[in-house]
Amino acid sequence: MPISILGISAFYHDSAAVLLQDGVIIAAAHEERFSRVKHDDKFPTHAVAYVLSEAGLSVSDLSAIAFYDKPLLKFERLLETYHAFAPQGLKSFLAAMPVWIKEKLFMKKMLWDEFGKIESGELSRKPPLLFPEHHLSHAASAFYPSPFDEAAILTIDGVGEWATTTIGKGVGKEISILREMPFPHSIGLLYSAFTYFLGFKVNSGEYKLMGLAPYGNPDGEAVPRYRQLILEHLVDLRDDGSVVLNMAYFDYATGMKMCHNQKWQVLFGLRKRESESELSQEYMDLALAIQQVTEEMVLRLAKTAREITGCKNLVMAGGVALNCVANGKLLRAGIFDKIWIQPAAGDAGGALGAAFAAHHIWHDQERTVNPNGDDAMRGSYLGPEFSDLTVQRLCRKHQAPARYFADFGELAANAAQLLSSGQIVGWCQGRMEWGPRALGARSILGDPRHPEMQKRLNLKIKYREGFRPFAPSVLAEDAGLYFELDTPSPYMLLVAPVLESRRTTPPAGYHSLAMYDRLYHLRSDLPAITHVDYSARIQTVHQQTNPRYWQLIKAFKELTGCGLVVNTSFNVRGEPIVCSPEDAYQCFMRTEMDYLVLGNYLFCKGEQPKWHEGGNWRERYELD
Amino acid sequence: MDFLKDLWDFMKVRKKFWLLPIVIVLLTFGALIVFTSGSAIAPFVYTLF
Repeated sequence: MPISILGISAFYHDSAAVLLQDGVIIAAAHEERFSRVKHDDKFPTHAVAYVLSEAGLSVSDLSAIAFYDKPLLKFERLLETYHAFAPQGLKSFLAAMPVWIKEKLFMKKMLWDEFGKIESGELSRKPPLLFPEHHLSHAASAFYPSPFDEAAILTIDGVGEWATTTIGKGVGKEISILREMPFPHSIGLLYSAFTYFLGFKVNSGEYKLMGLAPYGNPDGEAVPRYRQLILEHLVDLRDDGSVVLNMAYFDYATGMKMCHNQKWQVLFGLRKRESESELSQEYMDLALAIQQVTEEMVLRLAKTAREITGCKNLVMAGGVALNCVANGKLLRAGIFDKIWIQPAAGDAGGALGAAFAAHHIWHDQERTVNPNGDDAMRGSYLGPEFSDLTVQRLCRKHQAPARYFADFGELAANAAQLLSSGQIVGWCQGRMEWGPRALGARSILGDPRHPEMQKRLNLKIKYREGFRPFAPSVLAEDAGLYFELDTPSPYMLLVAPVLESRRTTPPAGYHSLAMYDRLYHLRSDLPAITHVDYSARIQTVHQQTNPRYWQLIKAFKELTGCGLVVNTSFNVRGEPIVCSPEDAYQCFMRTEMDYLVLGNYLFCKGEQPKWHEGGNWRERYELD
Repeated sequence: MDFLKDLWDFMKVRKKFWLLPIVIVLLTFGALIVFTSGSAIAPFVYTLF
């Protein structure tokens, strides 16, 4: 019998489930993709049922179940924090206690009850239930599936139990945590506090802050001034990368919000930005300042990791590891020879790490690294897939005309032709991605050369803020023709500059121009994916891991000479990325997308019957 | 009972016996709060806890 381990993350944000068999990832999925609730934090009922179905297992068949953190240790942190800050935080304390006393303290019972529901009754056998620490789960998710036999491990996030950042070392199947930074001092929470102050949603808007930062004026006086204020008043950044936050400015330890607005407003001379209000230059400058400070922290931590581990390679996880701008700078700093980042670096990835920790540490199983140098993520295409039959049923249900292509090459050529003529194509193929990024299995695609593509995608398809950038998917072998990048970036976790030779000369006073003047200035021959600072968040597409997507981009290149496409996640603002063909067709019909490819079928919007839907569908998705 | 055993083991490992009176008071008063209000929905925008 193989060793089958179920990994779970739940009850905080981004619930997920993973099934591991003999150390091989069989399936991994986020609950939000099934429940259609973004960042769903509930027990991952659907995701668990799905991953078990991939191996034909029931809960009773499992060798172990691993939950991604230690609830009692978290409770200890909560009590000690309230004790330390008392009498402050009484209101928040009284509000937090019922959740713990009624539910979270009894995590084991809660989990068994949920598993019982999945099995529709009593479990015939209860597998061992394990609780690896939060940052060990992150560390395990970074190291075990990486292509390295030995590596330094850096995990940075908001907070787990106590730890907010750890430096560790992985050798073979062993992981040692060497240094740890405890709550409330946290790089992730510092970044989230700025996310909050800049009017974005905590735990989801951090990406927007990162996308906004390049609009800051690096030549102006404001950015260095804000940086200085941050480093003098908010955070004491030490040489080794550790931080001590000045808690007089933060409210998250015992309060209901991230920071003390009044104090921040006095410090920066700026009002807290209201959600969805106009973005003035001051906010962009502040975003750039905190992004630069974060990059400095990550670089110093990486240097420390290199010094104390002596390793040549680095692996990373934790929410801050999704900061692909910082990752790109870290790569170019050359502190490590190679860097590998877990594609689901946030809390969902904890499910994967918990399962790996159970396999290699608790079950004491040996680990072998792929001799060909590949990681163990299989392109991160680890979710559900669908058959032609499912698409046929969808066509019948909606009376939707679609053209079937027996030859996929012909379909790829057709889709490439459509893209080259400026059409926007929904692309749904094979197994769904694991992690927050769409990687060409559930993506919306466009022509990166098109000057209006960025605007059109943001406003007519995604219905999101106009300033947000789009990412390119480039043939792995062609990445060097477009970007200053000499390493694979299959999970879209590295930002690199667009080659100088592809850029246009910026107009005089470029950084002083208004936001939308800068945005709509054609910065390169690939305007849709060149951000205002001439960078791009790159996905390298590999024939081995996603042959269909690779074939499409290859066909696009044969047609246009351009070996990349615009890739954005297949969803609208506030909606989880689509999972099933039904989700994809719904999203296709609700937006101004022109074509949809589902497996071997091509749907043309102009040929579809009128879409009827009760109520305003946009109200179903809370803005993120 | 499973929970009480886990809690005792946890305090032994972490050497945090000073938490015991806090936990007892909390559980007692917390039980009152919970069973009189009935709602146990996390009030936070940020799920730190």
